[in-house]
Amino acid sequence: MSDTTAAPSAPTHGMGAVLRHAQYVIRENKVTGFAFGLFVIILLAALFGPHIVPYDPLASNTSAALQAPSARHWFGTDQLGRDVFSRVVVATRLDFAIAIFSVVLVFLMGGLAGVAAGFFGGWTDRIVSRIADTIMAFPLFVLAMGIVAALGNTVENIVLATAIVNFPLYARIARAEANVRREAGFVQAARLSGNGEMRILLGHILPNIMPIMVVQMSLTMGYAILNAAGLSFIGLGVRPPTPEWGIMVAEGAAFMVSGEWWIAFFPGLGLMMAVFCFNLLGDGLRDIIDPQRRT
Amino acid sequence: MLHLILKRTALAIPSLIGVVIVTFLLTRALPGDPAAYFAGPAASKEAIEQIRVALGLDQPLIVQFGRYVADLARGDLGNSLSTGLPVATEIRTRLPASAELTILGLLVSILIAVPLGIFAATNPGSILDHTCRILTTAGVSLPVFFTGLILVYFFYYQLGVAPAPLGRLDIFFSPPPRVTGFFLIDSLIARDGEVFLASLKQLILPAATLAIFSLAPIARMTRASMLAVLGSEFVRTARASGLSPGTVIVTYAFRNAMLPVVTTLGMVFSFLLGANVLVEKVFAWPGIGSFAVEALIASDFAPVQGFVLTMAVMYVVLNLLIDILYGLIDPRVRIEA
Amino acid sequence: MKRRQFLKSLSAAGAASALPLPAVWSSANAQSRQETLLVVTEYAPNNFDIHGVGTNRPGYEVSWNCYDRLMTHGEKTLPDGTKSYDRDKFVPELAEEWDLKPNSVTFKLRKNAKFHDGTPITAKDVKWSFDRAVTVGGFPTFQMKAGSLEKPEQFVVVDDSTFRVDFIRPDKLTMPDLAVIVPGVYNSELIKKHATEKDPWGLEYTKVNTAGGGAYKVTRWQAGSELVYERFDDWKSGPLPKIKRVIWRTVPSAGNRRALIERGDADISFDMPNKDFAELKAAGKVAVVTNLIGNGIGYIGMNVKKPPFDNVKVRQAVAYAIPYQKIMDAVLFGLAGPMYGAKPGDPLQTAWPQPHAYTTDLAKAKQLLTEAGYPNGFETTLSFDLGFGVVNEPLCILVQESLGQIGIKVSINKIPGANWRGELLKKEMPLISNFFSGWLDYPEYFFFWCYHGQNAVFNTMSYQDKEMDAMIDAARAAAAANDTAAYDKNVQGFVKKAFDEVPRIPLFQPTLSAAMQKNISGYRYWFHRQLDYRTIEKT
Repeated sequence: MSDTTAAPSAPTHGMGAVLRHAQYVIRENKVTGFAFGLFVIILLAALFGPHIVPYDPLASNTSAALQAPSARHWFGTDQLGRDVFSRVVVATRLDFAIAIFSVVLVFLMGGLAGVAAGFFGGWTDRIVSRIADTIMAFPLFVLAMGIVAALGNTVENIVLATAIVNFPLYARIARAEANVRREAGFVQAARLSGNGEMRILLGHILPNIMPIMVVQMSLTMGYAILNAAGLSFIGLGVRPPTPEWGIMVAEGAAFMVSGEWWIAFFPGLGLMMAVFCFNLLGDGLRDIIDPQRRT
Repeated sequence: MLHLILKRTALAIPSLIGVVIVTFLLTRALPGDPAAYFAGPAASKEAIEQIRVALGLDQPLIVQFGRYVADLARGDLGNSLSTGLPVATEIRTRLPASAELTILGLLVSILIAVPLGIFAATNPGSILDHTCRILTTAGVSLPVFFTGLILVYFFYYQLGVAPAPLGRLDIFFSPPPRVTGFFLIDSLIARDGEVFLASLKQLILPAATLAIFSLAPIARMTRASMLAVLGSEFVRTARASGLSPGTVIVTYAFRNAMLPVVTTLGMVFSFLLGANVLVEKVFAWPGIGSFAVEALIASDFAPVQGFVLTMAVMYVVLNLLIDILYGLIDPRVRIEA
Repeated sequence: MKRRQFLKSLSAAGAASALPLPAVWSSANAQSRQETLLVVTEYAPNNFDIHGVGTNRPGYEVSWNCYDRLMTHGEKTLPDGTKSYDRDKFVPELAEEWDLKPNSVTFKLRKNAKFHDGTPITAKDVKWSFDRAVTVGGFPTFQMKAGSLEKPEQFVVVDDSTFRVDFIRPDKLTMPDLAVIVPGVYNSELIKKHATEKDPWGLEYTKVNTAGGGAYKVTRWQAGSELVYERFDDWKSGPLPKIKRVIWRTVPSAGNRRALIERGDADISFDMPNKDFAELKAAGKVAVVTNLIGNGIGYIGMNVKKPPFDNVKVRQAVAYAIPYQKIMDAVLFGLAGPMYGAKPGDPLQTAWPQPHAYTTDLAKAKQLLTEAGYPNGFETTLSFDLGFGVVNEPLCILVQESLGQIGIKVSINKIPGANWRGELLKKEMPLISNFFSGWLDYPEYFFFWCYHGQNAVFNTMSYQDKEMDAMIDAARAAAAANDTAAYDKNVQGFVKKAFDEVPRIPLFQPTLSAAMQKNISGYRYWFHRQLDYRTIEKT
């Protein structure tokens, strides 16, 4: 849902200039600073979560089932007496990993295909654009569901489905960016100095549009998490008893009526904070890399 | 114009063919065996075999595909096994339910997001600008199924002000005679105020859920587009000639900033219609999204294929309409072929 | 809710607002609430006819209430005061009386009985209906076969009001099988009018139309969301039901079904998680009726054809490692019959289900596992049907955790409902959590399907044993011959073997619950686990 028409960013940014600009943006823009702080927390939870939580996230304790939040169990306990706080924290790693891998995968598929399409034009362009159009015509969430249902209920397939669903977005942005640089000065220069087309594509165009792709990746991280959680919510995806935010919300939903709101609420909150953080961070990154395009 | 429309339509055909093929293959790749599922709990191998033959599932894939395409050509989308009705009928009754919900959600979203976006654009960098950005980002960060659950929890279970999340109409009402399939409109046509109010009440929470989710793209696009227009020559000229700021914003800037907003709306609409799936599940909404999900879980091919195809056609048509609209609003824009 | 709406309607009427009073709405509400029953369940019927392809459980309910059978079951009061069908007592429905002989049974039909369209019901219709059931294939044919009802030649029209069933072999289950849902009586002339060459039995017509003579007929149907029945006032096969109109709404979310019943919006709420029933029962605002499901068992099954579960010691080790009580408390919330905890050495009963003597004893489990040659355990997969995830998922997690403590590493595999039967048929899953219940409530029936070497789909463990088969067959023969001594001996024999060799570990006997407003009476438990509106009253 971000705009895809863009002017090429000046390829003259030095590393120092970027850093100075980043410092400036974070200092001036408290929101981005906040998002960055949140990101650090999420990263820590993902890295060290299993070691710092007070309880084993998988251990049941049926004598302490369905307890409300208390000093002993900050976020309460679920049907089997498992500690919701521990599960929410430990789930960070999995959700984070799903997001990262799917974003990297879609960059490898969509980004590269798009760059090639924009740079070479012709048949490459036509094929890539047709694939992107076809995917776009699908109701995306149902397509993701279908892929996971057809290929099997695993984390890998959630990653794959999320990547496929995002393919058109990446392909289009990369295509547009590569297209405008096709005849740019630095490309001409590379050509004149005897570089082959493939080499120009990978060695000059790709690095040049990387910043824009990185912004895009950060922005789609949030969407990837939402997508994975949505799949888990309808029962496709992660296997029990693995903690995962979406599945925990789904499990807890049934308990809301009877007043045990905490089982669904805290994982939902975790989910929201993570997506929120990636979205703000994506915006912030865009401000740093490409101040012209802030919307 | 007509020529361009035809050309665009022709270009969309390969995509639609792709959708038909991919959907067909995807549904056949589903691990479920509809024959075993529908043979009932006490099925023997022979019973399942009988059903497989009855459903035509014993034929080779290519024959099944041929039959599917032939049916499709006759406008026959097949029968849903789990509800027992023709898919075309199901979609006809369910599409208005989804569309009504989505349109209302979008309307609510526009009513909030567009003024927010204008406001943010006229005071860029202010606290309000940042607040707007954070709020809309928070909205798009909430998983729709979670927002829905929380809203139901508070407004129905706790406060009791919202009606039960039970679909389009409370149990004690009968739906208005069908004209458009939109309960709000049909009840007005039937001059039935009670039913109008009742269906509006049912719509509020799910529509709010969708609206919260779609605030961000609309508000942002409005803001960006307004910023660009406000910085342009003619607005500065208008300002310099002493027009009041209100007049400048509304008559000059907004009208010109509308174009990209309309495009975004089209995209958001088709996106929401798909994202509906989860909202419909939470609110027991009898729309096409929930229909497709249930069918997918039951390996009930026909509804999944019908749903995907309907959505794809709508997507194509919507895009075409936006392009045409674009051309009408701004004659300088040529439809890109 | 309804009170509020009612008040609002009054005020709207009183204020004589600009809009005229809604015609549809007022007619819906004007009807006395007392004669209207509002039922909410999770699923809607996909077919009104149990003879159809893939009719689901809610569809069975339509068939049960809209078609009559020749005879039905009487009622009995259980020790806890709830009402249930009486397995052993048959009472007239469409037939006034019958004459059971060793080789046949002859039914005298009611002379004044009519179908919904007014046509008199004759023996010709009965024969056509039974022919249809044994011919169309799939579930109805299978179910008829379970009572040795296999060929059209068995069904004989003696005269317009006399109908005879000839037996092809002595089978104790023939009479009970004539009182299940499948042998309903259909309006043959009406259906034939809608039959086509491709569909000679008119299944397409009965899918969305009720063409019977039962106490109710479907008058409105919105697929997937609402179904309305009206009483058939000319019904002669029993006392005229008190409820005139039944509105049946589908509410997919269990939480919403609970809220509806708690707030008084719905009269009866079905299929909720045990937790909700347990809490509603404790709160006491609505009546909750809970019955054990006859001949039903939730169990862990092990594939005996494949190592390591081909080793009886491994199976016993697993049986000693199941956290029975935890499952009963945290998963079932006490609403189930324990299938464990028999005192070791106690005599077995001639009944099924009955508890076994395994307990949660991890030391013993570990020892058995070591003896079996797996001192360090092994890895396996535990599969379950996602369609029953509310019970299965927490149950499997507890089993997984407990087996982990004796070194068996279990990964859990959720299988969507659509795939479950297909997977069961393949018989490749090593370890499953599943549930089975038989309509016909007899031990030999259960064992014939679940333990017999014929290896039916319900023998999910692929358990095959000559001795077991001999005992099951002998029990069936003894039942048909009314030889009680031989029957008892064989039933106890196969139960003992099933417990000793433990290819499946019975965990619990599940329950069927219904929550209803306190002014509802007459609810009766049925073997088919669906609602019978005919006995229900509202005060």
